[in-house]
Amino acid sequence: MAQPSAARSSPPRQPSVKVILTSADVQRVVDRIAHQILEKTQGAADTVLLGIPTRGAPLARRLAARISAFEGVAVPVGVLDITLYRDDLRRHATRAVGPTQLPPGGIDGRRVILVDDVLFSGRTVRAALDALGDLGRPASVQLAVLVDRGHRQLPIRADYVGKNIPTALAENVKVTLGETDGADEVRLYAGVASS
Amino acid sequence: MIRHLLSGADLDADTATQILDTAAEMAAVAGREVKKLPALRGRTVVNLFYEDSTRTRISFEAAAKRLSADVINFSAKGSSVAKGESLKDTALTLQAMGADAVVVRHSASGAPHRLAGWVDGSVINAGDGTHEHPTQALLDAYTMRSRLGRLAGLSVVVVGDVLHSRVARSNVLLLSTLGAKVTLVGPPTLIPVDIAAALAPGTDVCYDLDAVLPSADVVMMLRVQRERMNDSYFPSAREYARRYGLDGARMRRMPGHAIVMHPGPMNRGMEITPEVADSPRSTIVEQVANGVSVRMAVLYLLLGGNNR
Repeated sequence: MAQPSAARSSPPRQPSVKVILTSADVQRVVDRIAHQILEKTQGAADTVLLGIPTRGAPLARRLAARISAFEGVAVPVGVLDITLYRDDLRRHATRAVGPTQLPPGGIDGRRVILVDDVLFSGRTVRAALDALGDLGRPASVQLAVLVDRGHRQLPIRADYVGKNIPTALAENVKVTLGETDGADEVRLYAGVASS
Repeated sequence: MIRHLLSGADLDADTATQILDTAAEMAAVAGREVKKLPALRGRTVVNLFYEDSTRTRISFEAAAKRLSADVINFSAKGSSVAKGESLKDTALTLQAMGADAVVVRHSASGAPHRLAGWVDGSVINAGDGTHEHPTQALLDAYTMRSRLGRLAGLSVVVVGDVLHSRVARSNVLLLSTLGAKVTLVGPPTLIPVDIAAALAPGTDVCYDLDAVLPSADVVMMLRVQRERMNDSYFPSAREYARRYGLDGARMRRMPGHAIVMHPGPMNRGMEITPEVADSPRSTIVEQVANGVSVRMAVLYLLLGGNNR
């Protein structure tokens, strides 16, 4: 409810916002991850990029586009929805299920690189690994994230990290991308008590 | 999300569309290596069937198992019901066993509504008397949408014993919510007066099948229940088949894209000829497969979160 603008009451706490990555930074970071994937996988042969919705999906497509631009390799891209594998399903109202799209060749025997925007507790990645197990048997699974903000609750680490951002637990990292939000940016919101 | 699914009228357009969209994702599971999802692990679904049913019970059982729920099948035959237990006492027993959902089929119209007042879990109506069968309507809508690409504006002709058909009732309610236009066709004795106005405005009634076929996108044949034939609703089986049965000649008068549906089990030669039932326009086998996906979607959306 809106409070009367009495001078007495403490001013509404403005959550302080810090831009961590600008639009140009995001592009550079994506380029770097694409190069690292090419380097670490020796040319990205037999590799599949699977984006985790919402923002992992466009990131995976961008990585594939950059890899193709750098070395002319077409890396298949898919989307892996992990909703039905979450460990907190019954703590929330029922979540909508999104589409899962595997590339035509599937994932059996391939190197699968999971792509997400922010790595935090690691629970999303745990769910993604369970989902992968039901979809096939990849030769190996790697993880690429735009931002690693720490505070892992599971023994999971990323193979490719765009930017490590040390955060306090109460802080919030928000990634926006042109495809989903209109513009590329990564922001850090100072600790506001979650409502 | 709603807590129970008792009637096609429980669903507004958004909820119904969400169920159909979720069902489309569930359908993908059937083509996977592991045809199972962990979403309902630790939940218990009771199939409480007071009437014989094969496909609906198996369909719900498969749907619950694919979502990793535990399934308990309870059929009236050979159970405490045969010893005279009331519906309420059975409900309290299920409640004590911790059923998260009860899927109920009962010969009495309204039994699922009563049950919903007695148990804490979700109640899903799997057919009650001559009243409703909402998951059948959902799977029919899903089948139409996947074959024809849309529901809004479709002309759906429902042919047969509308008076006793819970499938027809739920379909009229759901399809009109989703923007399709339903025309009910059958002998005047089997179409209740004013049913169209009572169920959904915009629903038409016609007693002449041949008049509506050329403009139909979907022709849904209802099963003629054998027990009705002795009740003088129509003069003879042959006359019914001649006036309201769908044969090859009638099928060819339908538009090229139009499909033929039947909720099963069919009486071949009565309401539908084998030529039609086995033609590429027939979606009868697809409907069975879609039934599992749609019921998975309903179970997930009712039980998947903390919607209580």
